[in-house]
Amino acid sequence: MERRAGGGERPDRGTPLLEVHDLVVHHGQLRALDAISLQVFPGEVYAIIGANGAGKSTLLRTIAGLHSPTTGSVLFDGKDVTRVRPERRATRGIVMVPEGRRLFESLSVEENLKVGATYSRPGPWTIERVYEMFGWMRERRNQPSAQLSGGEQQTVAIGRALVANPRVLLLDELSLGLAPVVVQRIYGMLPQIMATGLTVLLVEQDVSQALRVASRIHCLLEGRTTLVGTPASISADQVEAAYFGLAGATAPGAAPEEGEA
Amino acid sequence: MAWVNAIIQGVLVGGLYALFACGLSLMFGVMKVVNLAHGDLAVVAGYVAIGVITVTHVPVLWSFVIVVPLMAVLGYVLQRTILQGALDRSVLATLMVTFGLSVVIENGLLQFFTANSRAIGTGLSLVSGSFSIGSIQIGYLLVTVFAVAVIVLLGLQYFLSASRYGRLIRAVADDKEAAQLAGADYRHVFGIAAAIAFGTVALGGIAYGMYSQLQPTTGTDTILLFAFAAVVIGGLGSLWGTLLGGVVLGVAQQIGAQISISDETLAGFIVFLAVLVLRPQGLISRGAQS
Repeated sequence: MERRAGGGERPDRGTPLLEVHDLVVHHGQLRALDAISLQVFPGEVYAIIGANGAGKSTLLRTIAGLHSPTTGSVLFDGKDVTRVRPERRATRGIVMVPEGRRLFESLSVEENLKVGATYSRPGPWTIERVYEMFGWMRERRNQPSAQLSGGEQQTVAIGRALVANPRVLLLDELSLGLAPVVVQRIYGMLPQIMATGLTVLLVEQDVSQALRVASRIHCLLEGRTTLVGTPASISADQVEAAYFGLAGATAPGAAPEEGEA
Repeated sequence: MAWVNAIIQGVLVGGLYALFACGLSLMFGVMKVVNLAHGDLAVVAGYVAIGVITVTHVPVLWSFVIVVPLMAVLGYVLQRTILQGALDRSVLATLMVTFGLSVVIENGLLQFFTANSRAIGTGLSLVSGSFSIGSIQIGYLLVTVFAVAVIVLLGLQYFLSASRYGRLIRAVADDKEAAQLAGADYRHVFGIAAAIAFGTVALGGIAYGMYSQLQPTTGTDTILLFAFAAVVIGGLGSLWGTLLGGVVLGVAQQIGAQISISDETLAGFIVFLAVLVLRPQGLISRGAQS
């Protein structure tokens, strides 16, 4: 039941930086991902959308190396990394901002960034540069990270990932538990971050947010791909159908979907 | 005056207990491993020191320089192999594995060294000498051990708060998966924490061999129990809590001994029990570690 809208258009940017082939992942008996394939090209923002339990986070965690797939492979820069441990993937340039921020709570803001920079690749991002981008962080660098607000913690978590100088940044549900205005602000930083030559693969439950920032959208439903396309080429109806699995949602007259909270 | 003496001796012996306890606390804090072989490793260090001194005829104090690094290396290797293997299964498996290790070590020591008591450095002026303040006799050894314990804890605190690996140890203790995502191999970090724990308890074990006597069973019937008591009294996960816990335990024992010589150990465990009931989080509660 794979439905591709607008054909398989891809930004014509040579070879993909990250490839996933026929990935199958099980959580015990449950098949969390079923034959997922995708290609992420350098410089793009690739967004995976889907409802709760669609398998979005599992996909991202498998790419980061935190889950082992049953079958299928993950290729990074043309090399198979399916069996590479998460910490080795991080040092090669696949760095994830995990769901729920996951800062080191007993460490200060600066110590969190220092841990992120411990095994960093050479590149444009340093702790100093993160401070330049977020002035408040420098002023509060000695505060325990547990004292920060949710949005501030999310920003530190992104900073901790950036100082590792990733080639592809995996963002897992940045908006989770944050006020809409804070989410806007965090996504507003994305262009600035992208300008340093990063590629982003993100998971987002908030469809309208994903459509706003992504160059391509990939919708999952119960572990399967239901839609792939550019935001411009897919209609709200198609997104709704792919998101909820409504068979007749492509019929004319269906209400446009504004996104899911 | 006898009471003042009891308190002073108790405080000083608390330093020795802190050396027993800080590694136990660190391993639990970082990798959630309750190392039931912790005391036996101290005894192993003591026996190895005796062996080194007997075979090579190095001065007694040199045995620390040889044995402590050796035990630290053993700690790293054991953590990366047996303990990590158990951790990959479950936290409960680590209890069984360390218990098994404890049984193996004790019986191995019995086999090779018999059940006879051994002491280290008897006749050394550091071990048997003392000075007096008024009518109170204070042994050089206990003062030295207490000072060493304070230096070890200061060093550990500095290492954990200011060094790169110290930071990684704290990060991994908080969230090892997030540390992996930052490129840190938590197994290696666990190994370093175990190396520190083994090194500190080795110090304690050799010191105990000088202060008292070592037998193959001393590890579980004395060192492990005192270490547990010190950790619980002081507060789990608190570095300085192990010293406070050791001091409270030591003072309780000495006061008990003052009442009746047979009450020494009992008094210590009554305080241990009282803390468990009245203040289960320990005298210094969590968060004071770093």
